[in-house]
Amino acid sequence: MSEPVIKCENVYKIFGANAQKMLQDSNGNVDAKVFQENGCIVGVNNASFEVAKGEMLVVMGLSGSGKSTLLRCISRLTDATGGKIFIEGQDLLQLNNKDLIDLRRNKMGMVFQSFALLPHKTVVENIAFPLQIKGIKTEDSINKAMDMVKLVGLEGRENYFPRELSGGQQQRVGIARSLAVEPDIWFLDEPFSALDPLIRKEMQDEFLRLQDKLQKTIMFITHDFDEALKLADRIAIMKDGIIEQLDTPANIVLNPATEYVRKFTEEVPREKVLLIKDVMDTSKDNLGDLKVSKNEIIENVAEKILTQEKIVAVVDNNNEIIGSINPTKIINTVFGGRKNNN
Amino acid sequence: MEFLKKYPKTFQWLFLLIVFFALCFAIDVPETYKFIRGQAEFVKDPNQSSYVFLGKEVRYYAFDVFWRLPPLLGWLPIWINDSLFFLMNEWMPIEVWNEDTQEFKSRPIVLQISRNLTAFMTFLIELIREILLGGLETIVAFTSWDWIDKNPWAELPGLPWTIVAAGAALLSYKLSGKGLALFAGLTMVYISVFGQWKPSMQTLSFILVAAPLSFIFGLGLGIAAFKSKRVEKALYPILLVMQTMPQYAVLVPALVLFGVGDHAAVIITMVVAIPPMILLTLLGLRAVPPEVIEAGRMSGCNNFQLMFKVLIPTARRDILIGVNQVIMVCFSMAVISAFIGAKGLGFNLLLALNQLNIGLALEAGLCISLIAILLDKMSLAWANKQTDYFGNLTFYQRNKNLLFFGVIFVVGIILAYIGTFLFKDTFNYLFEIPHNKGISTADFWNKGVDWIFETFFVYIKAFNTWLIQDVLQPMRALYLRMPAIATIVLVVGAGYLIGGLRSALVVCALTLFIAFSPWWDRALVTAYMATFGVVVSCIIGFTVGTLCFQNKHSANFMLGVCDIFQTFPSFVYLIPVMMLFGITDTSVLIAVIVYATIPATRYTIEGLRSVPSGLHDAATMSGVNKFQRLTKIEFPLAFPHMMLGINQTIVFALFMVIIGAFIGTEDLGQYILKALSDKKGAGIGLTLGICVAFIALIFDNLIRAYVQKRKKHLGID
Repeated sequence: MSEPVIKCENVYKIFGANAQKMLQDSNGNVDAKVFQENGCIVGVNNASFEVAKGEMLVVMGLSGSGKSTLLRCISRLTDATGGKIFIEGQDLLQLNNKDLIDLRRNKMGMVFQSFALLPHKTVVENIAFPLQIKGIKTEDSINKAMDMVKLVGLEGRENYFPRELSGGQQQRVGIARSLAVEPDIWFLDEPFSALDPLIRKEMQDEFLRLQDKLQKTIMFITHDFDEALKLADRIAIMKDGIIEQLDTPANIVLNPATEYVRKFTEEVPREKVLLIKDVMDTSKDNLGDLKVSKNEIIENVAEKILTQEKIVAVVDNNNEIIGSINPTKIINTVFGGRKNNN
Repeated sequence: MEFLKKYPKTFQWLFLLIVFFALCFAIDVPETYKFIRGQAEFVKDPNQSSYVFLGKEVRYYAFDVFWRLPPLLGWLPIWINDSLFFLMNEWMPIEVWNEDTQEFKSRPIVLQISRNLTAFMTFLIELIREILLGGLETIVAFTSWDWIDKNPWAELPGLPWTIVAAGAALLSYKLSGKGLALFAGLTMVYISVFGQWKPSMQTLSFILVAAPLSFIFGLGLGIAAFKSKRVEKALYPILLVMQTMPQYAVLVPALVLFGVGDHAAVIITMVVAIPPMILLTLLGLRAVPPEVIEAGRMSGCNNFQLMFKVLIPTARRDILIGVNQVIMVCFSMAVISAFIGAKGLGFNLLLALNQLNIGLALEAGLCISLIAILLDKMSLAWANKQTDYFGNLTFYQRNKNLLFFGVIFVVGIILAYIGTFLFKDTFNYLFEIPHNKGISTADFWNKGVDWIFETFFVYIKAFNTWLIQDVLQPMRALYLRMPAIATIVLVVGAGYLIGGLRSALVVCALTLFIAFSPWWDRALVTAYMATFGVVVSCIIGFTVGTLCFQNKHSANFMLGVCDIFQTFPSFVYLIPVMMLFGITDTSVLIAVIVYATIPATRYTIEGLRSVPSGLHDAATMSGVNKFQRLTKIEFPLAFPHMMLGINQTIVFALFMVIIGAFIGTEDLGQYILKALSDKKGAGIGLTLGICVAFIALIFDNLIRAYVQKRKKHLGID
């Protein structure tokens, strides 16, 4: 495997006057309560993870869980109190101001929950802003920004001011702005949280379409578990600054690591999240005639499988049998393990 | 007892009032007490007491300490004077090269700095003035008098007024459109046709130097304060005092430091105009949402780009209010600094007021106000301008304004040239209409004033007499009857009840400063005039504001009216009241009321508007009628903001009361005016100014403490 694009090792972020000293004294064993008694607030507590190239990591947590703080540590909008962060092998915390600015100008883009558009600039000026900051000629930057306007579907509105746009449109501008410098790493901080549910769904689909095309390395922050399941390659669930579990959506749903994570997964419609390969057995005995692909979502093939009396074969992309699935397994997966059944 | 437990605050206030009145009645007026006191150091009288502090002897008439505190700060003005004198004449002499005598000369450093600064300011003002009016000093500055004598062609003739007028209209058109262009054109034509061209251009050149410099320094210091807590902490108290100090009072020290003339006026205008600019810059930068700053950082801004491309443009609204304030203060100072020899409309205005030529004063005042409004609108339009990237413009389209101005320039010069033939024997009206040679409506206005006086004399007189005899004089007597100790108890007690110990201490210190100065009686008179003005202004402002709020259009209209009125220099308010009431306290008080009603009205409307619409709906659904909604929902919620309006009203009222000294009142302002013509006035003027500022700050402190508490209580911020 190639080198991870983002790598965090034991990252801490603690707010307060003598945070640095307290962290050193604690020897890596940070207890939020003790710290709070001493006037320090723990934002991120011992976060270690990697994000591979082209991967989308969704960080999920409720408000105050430290997810936004984690993102700001990695974009170095705030300096981490302890630990190491590597961006494409570069030690982020060692960068001087000039290198940091260079990194942001060329490698990073960020989308904000409240859009954070510049109120005095029009749509196209807002999008061209990072380019102009880099020192690109006005004409070229405007041309490039116009491409971005088209990419996010805002043609005809390029001369509007942010205040003249709806929330969804404003966030499209925010997305276009963050993509204008063609960054490799894309940070999104609750980008759709301020939008209406219908618009949010539309924007999520749009976002998936864009990602399909662009294949960026993404850190996506959300407090919406369904959104996380829908978008993520992997999900990190945070609580009180600690990453409770970091895994693929399927594994989180099937094997919640802690009681806290289990509470989130309880109400999830598993047939919509899990794939056949997530629940199949490896035995290949007593197979019936029906074959299903390992990459199907359970919901799409459940009816076919459940009407079979025999065990159903599971095949891979080359149509070779790699395992099997029993109809009762489907029933167990979808309906089993819930509160009222126990 | 039940009652006491239920309303502890009411009981505390009651107790405070009882103590206050008990003190008032317990302490008798000393038999030797006369109103005229202070400045005792100039008279030698065996009945006086005296003390020596820091080598300064202070003489005063001693009273019972409960009645009036001794002027323990009496040495302060003398000390300030001596210090200034020492700074200017003796401190740190340096060697300076003298061009004329070709030798080094010893000169104190402060004097040298002051000379250089004034020379620089004079150069800037002359430069603009000579472009507009013609002259040769700028050319001389680069060459020499001999050179000019040999090359008389180089003397600048100045621009014909036609070019300036058309240029202003063109610029306005480019900035905003037809409306503003028309306004600009008409203003300039009016100024010219009515023979106010020269003084107007003198004032304009003064403003065009003072306003941009104030803006730049204010913005710079505001940024510095935003970046560094330490700078902010150092600046804050100075800003507070400067904001509430009457502009008059700053003139006197300026006189000592920078001498007489336009340059001193520019410097002093900057001193007055910079504080509000700093405060508003700071306020605006603070209000920029953190995510916008983060977005800027993530776009790869360095600190400089972040400040000038993200923070300042985002904070534009507040910064623009700052610009508006700067322009306002500049025009206000343009008039006031006529006292220290600034040329222009202000000088004419003062002269006309002095001669009681109301018509002339009105014309000059109108000119100032028109230019003020024009500059205000132009700066606003400039900040809101937008670039168009997509038009494929030809050379002509891109440069059409410049080309157009070129055409105007040529046409103007040709017209002026033709003018030399047309008006061979008189003035060249197409070049410049000389002062007082244009059309004048002064006679008309003067006759109008006379007519009003003749027709309504009886009524005005009756009103005047009634107001002075039955309202003002008893009120003044009551204020003066307060023993110093009772006043202090009342003010400090109020501070404690409203804002706790901290507030009480601050208020106590401020009051003691005034009480220990030699001008406690004058301060009481100032306070009485301001109180009267504030009470009436607030009643009018709240009523008008509430009525206008009932309808969206009328509310917007009223806010617009407030905007325009606020742009008028404060002196202009004296003109119409003098027309009606002549030189009396009534005139001053009415000017105070008109001037101070502006913030009262504005804050009422804004406060009522800030009530969330959800609450309106909730109230409507609870079945309230309009009146109930107003009293039960809107007033309680808008009240904190309206209190801030009262705060502004107090500051405005105090300003006008002090300016009213020009008409002749017996308050602190009178002494400030006196100090202006006094050789040793600097210390007195400054101390008096601080006294006025402290009166405002006492109320400011109390009101702010109350508002903060109330807002917290209501959960709005």
